[in-house]
Amino acid sequence: MEDRPLEYDYTIAKLFMYSTIVLGIVGMLVGVILAWEMAFPAVNTMLGEGLAEYTNFSRLRPLHTDAVIFGFTLSGIWATWYYVGQRVLKVSMAESPFLMFLGKLHFTLYMVGVVLIVGSLLMGITTSKEYAEFEWPIDIAIVIIWVIWGMGLFGLIGIRREKSLYISIWYYIATFLGIAMLYIFNNLAIPTYFASDGIGAWYHSVSMYSGTNDAIVQWWYGHNAVAFGFTVPIVAMIYYFLPKESGQAVYSYKLSILSFWGLMFVYIWAGGHHLLFSTVPDWMQTMGSVFSIVLILPSWGSAINMLLTMKGEWQQVAESPLIKFMILASTFYLFSTLEGPIQAIKSVNALAHFTDWIVGHVHDGVLGWVAFMIMAALFHMAPRVFKRKIYSKSLMNTQFWIQTLGVILYFTSMWIAGITQGMMWRAHDEFGNLAYSFIDTVTVLHPYYTIRAVGGTLYLVGMFIFAYNMFKTMTSSERVDESELQNATPMGA
Amino acid sequence: MDIATLQAYGYFFLTGFLVVVLYAYIYHLYTRRKSNAGIDYEEYSNIALDDDISATPIEKNEKREVQ
Repeated sequence: MEDRPLEYDYTIAKLFMYSTIVLGIVGMLVGVILAWEMAFPAVNTMLGEGLAEYTNFSRLRPLHTDAVIFGFTLSGIWATWYYVGQRVLKVSMAESPFLMFLGKLHFTLYMVGVVLIVGSLLMGITTSKEYAEFEWPIDIAIVIIWVIWGMGLFGLIGIRREKSLYISIWYYIATFLGIAMLYIFNNLAIPTYFASDGIGAWYHSVSMYSGTNDAIVQWWYGHNAVAFGFTVPIVAMIYYFLPKESGQAVYSYKLSILSFWGLMFVYIWAGGHHLLFSTVPDWMQTMGSVFSIVLILPSWGSAINMLLTMKGEWQQVAESPLIKFMILASTFYLFSTLEGPIQAIKSVNALAHFTDWIVGHVHDGVLGWVAFMIMAALFHMAPRVFKRKIYSKSLMNTQFWIQTLGVILYFTSMWIAGITQGMMWRAHDEFGNLAYSFIDTVTVLHPYYTIRAVGGTLYLVGMFIFAYNMFKTMTSSERVDESELQNATPMGA
Repeated sequence: MDIATLQAYGYFFLTGFLVVVLYAYIYHLYTRRKSNAGIDYEEYSNIALDDDISATPIEKNEKREVQ
């Protein structure tokens, strides 16, 4: 056997990096189309009346959310897992042909899943459960993909050289276990064709739960999809990439562990806040509110830990656009994990529920925190994986400011729109008659919807700059030596 | 005692118990470094900083054969 030094093998990480970029553009492009449709309804029929079925808001909306959650974010989680996992466990994928095979199978089946999902959603095949729209055959495929990832994850942990599991590994394990549990229970369904001797389409199903119970399970799932898809794995990323890029040890490792267990215990109870003032038992609504408030503590534990990691090194934020991305991400994490609990307070929720403020909250979290962190992770990984400098630092800076402006326009317009909407819906005269009809709110909100669409478009422009910069980094940027890759990422002008 | 009162007592004592567990865990994290066999938890931060494949592990996994 050839005797050469052992190296980390990034074959699988690369594949998921490509899918992160492609699916990120798809998800955000669809989001931008939807935003313009909201502002200018004529966009719904932009490809003509004949194709309106495929371009209208209701058909595209699940495609947007699912492409961003299960496409962009999951790809980012896996790209970073196949990179960070090896490094902090000090073991190479190249050491195990079996794990390598599992990784390739994981990516291949995931791509098959993506095609099935995009196809079925465009055809209008859906279970109508938010973020759980896929019909049962696709659900089974997703479970298989998840199990294959789990085998790879625990397999790599099993052959590690570093006995202690770094904090990021805990968060990746929690992502695996959390989503596995949530996904299976919320998607339990009965295939109607097989249960009824052949009535309806073979792929159609109805939920195992009904009425209020269905709502409870759905929002236990929905909110914890945010927990274990948009929070836990992204925290895993920042606990590795920020210390590594800045060369600073985590400010308090003990705090990171404490926040981890805090997050695990508290998050799972907070989903009830999606069902305030509904038919769900009152104590469950209160519990959802209370746990949402308590959730500030572990969330801020991580966010502040990250900001304090930069203690004494703040000049790096000015110098490096990569650190800028991560610091802005943790700042948005800080703010959106305060905003969420505020919205979960019953009296605030009475105003905010069903309004655009909620949409604003989701987007300052996902655009500001999740997407910024995933892009920062890819920027850090690219030179190490492709052995080339980041193609352009100035493009990174341009992207950063364009996207930051985009996020700000997005959430500020939605704050104003949401609160205006809530106030108008509840306004009444002295006899209790509603002061406004629905169309009155639509007229007032139109400018804010336009601003939101502009903000989203700016963010998408930033995504294209990101994709171009990454493409040039992969293909034609200046080569770098291993010795230049210790901490701060090398960047071209 | 009716069920609601029992629930209230249960809730109160469970909360108290969890607070004790939380503080005991913090105490454990801080004192483990002082004991003889203990390790300073902050050293684990170096797993990320010193992550070359040839770097010496902070805690070596004895189950794995040395290569």
